[in-house]
Amino acid sequence: MFDILHYAFIQNAFLAGSFVAVVAAIAGYFLLVRGLTFAGHALSHMGFAGAAGAVLLGIEPVFGLLAFTISAGIVIGLLGKEIRERDITIGIIMTLTLGLGALFLSLYSGYAERAYSILFGTILGISQTDVLVTALFSLLTIASLLLLFRPLLFSSFDPEVAEARGVPVRLLGILFLVLVAITVSMSVQVVGVLLIFTLLVGPAATAVRIVQRPVSAILLAIILGCVYTWLGIFLAANGNWPVSFYIAALSFGVYLPVRLLSPLWIGRRREARPGKDTYA
Amino acid sequence: MLELIRYDFVQNAFLAGTIVAIVTAVIGYFVVLRAQAFAGHALSHIGFAGATGAALLGISSLLGMFALTLIAALGMGALGKRVRGRDVEIGMVLSFALGLGVLFLSLYTQYASETVGVLFGSILSVTRSDVLITLSCGIATLLVMGLIFRPLLFASIDPEVAQARGVPVGLLAIVFMVLLAITVAEAIQVVGVLLVFALLVAPAATAERLTHRPLTAIALSIVLGLVFTWSGLILSFAGHWPVSFYIAALASCSYLVSVGIGRLRSLRSPRRYKCPPHPSREHIFATRQEF
Repeated sequence: MFDILHYAFIQNAFLAGSFVAVVAAIAGYFLLVRGLTFAGHALSHMGFAGAAGAVLLGIEPVFGLLAFTISAGIVIGLLGKEIRERDITIGIIMTLTLGLGALFLSLYSGYAERAYSILFGTILGISQTDVLVTALFSLLTIASLLLLFRPLLFSSFDPEVAEARGVPVRLLGILFLVLVAITVSMSVQVVGVLLIFTLLVGPAATAVRIVQRPVSAILLAIILGCVYTWLGIFLAANGNWPVSFYIAALSFGVYLPVRLLSPLWIGRRREARPGKDTYA
Repeated sequence: MLELIRYDFVQNAFLAGTIVAIVTAVIGYFVVLRAQAFAGHALSHIGFAGATGAALLGISSLLGMFALTLIAALGMGALGKRVRGRDVEIGMVLSFALGLGVLFLSLYTQYASETVGVLFGSILSVTRSDVLITLSCGIATLLVMGLIFRPLLFASIDPEVAQARGVPVGLLAIVFMVLLAITVAEAIQVVGVLLVFALLVAPAATAERLTHRPLTAIALSIVLGLVFTWSGLILSFAGHWPVSFYIAALASCSYLVSVGIGRLRSLRSPRRYKCPPHPSREHIFATRQEF
């Protein structure tokens, strides 16, 4: 059962999966507290056109993904603040890029398999170079997030006060979305374009309902993300079902009971400390 | 070009496209008004699990989509007004449903190429019986919408006042979600799971930006939906690119143009457009901001 760990492709999958899980958990926490989960979901969909276009041009899908998600991140960052308008505008831009993706797919003749792997992930087929690229970009993103940690947290929880104190809120917002774009592009390899939510938002959404302080929530999210990814790869390598299904099922299976039971302790906590209400 | 219309599949495509464009335009107006765009998007993803599950069981994918989107819609409708963090919950359910879809796909191995059909639409493979199902569901949806039109409009624009006046806001929300589920399942046939936004939200959002009177907006949204669908079909017959690409491109470009027009108007007569143009716009923003 544990023999599978000797195979190079399983080792690659575990390595890349771990990097992605850590960076996705950190970025996911901030997405959650900034109310941008739909933007994260949309970014990955926008990346699909980039990946399909890259396949069409014969270059690595990761580069297409990075190009599209980073430009989309900047555009979303520049959009106005009103959430309802923004959801619709993001959705419309997402539709446009998905339409482009459909076009690229139809232009690329041998498409079905490649498209499938972009949409639902190919962690078990990941190469040594992919692992290096993933490690490089993940470390870069984690380092930038740690560097921006305090101002980002401040501007996420209280944008007005942060702005008054001279924090460049708007610039931070755009920078953050660029980091999310990189995270999304890395995560696509593990769970695919369509299931980003399970790694990006799932662990963080569960963590903020269990613990309250930002740092502990992020740490818990990282642990959860790694456990989902490892278990997912492990189960998929031993069985016949796809990795992304296991990760999605684990992520949802842990979130659901926590979400249903959390009013029990969150309500009590709020009574104990009125006015303190920091979970997203 | 014109003789194409004699082919059965072309007729089916035009018929189904027309019905879907009308129904999505009407429902879409309320989706925009009620700020439920993400819910519509999620329902379509849930439909993906339905379609693949139905393929696994060997039944019509339309039926599978109806089944799962209806269950999901009832769940979402019952969640009701507790807005806080609902995007996250919808997203979690959405991705779990997609995960299930992936599982069904991997169990049903022959399906890989048809996946692209479900995801990006396969209007050219719609059968006559699909058209009949779409037609009957479409008529039923429009009839129910006609019946609940006024109270639903009231409840969408000002839920608190509507509630106080005795309008059953919660029940209306559930009925509307059910209609939305049926509509999404139909729209998936035309534009696919991923591009439902193009027919459901884009025409209505464009119309709502250009006019603020509900009936005019709905009529404009129907016209836009029909234009997008028909031009998409005609262009794809002429140019060999996929129908859903044309529809998505037309729909999103027209919305972006309408945003531009709105900006120009507000530049020209700032006082008139500085106040929130639609009563619901300010209201929905205000309720969202509390969270």
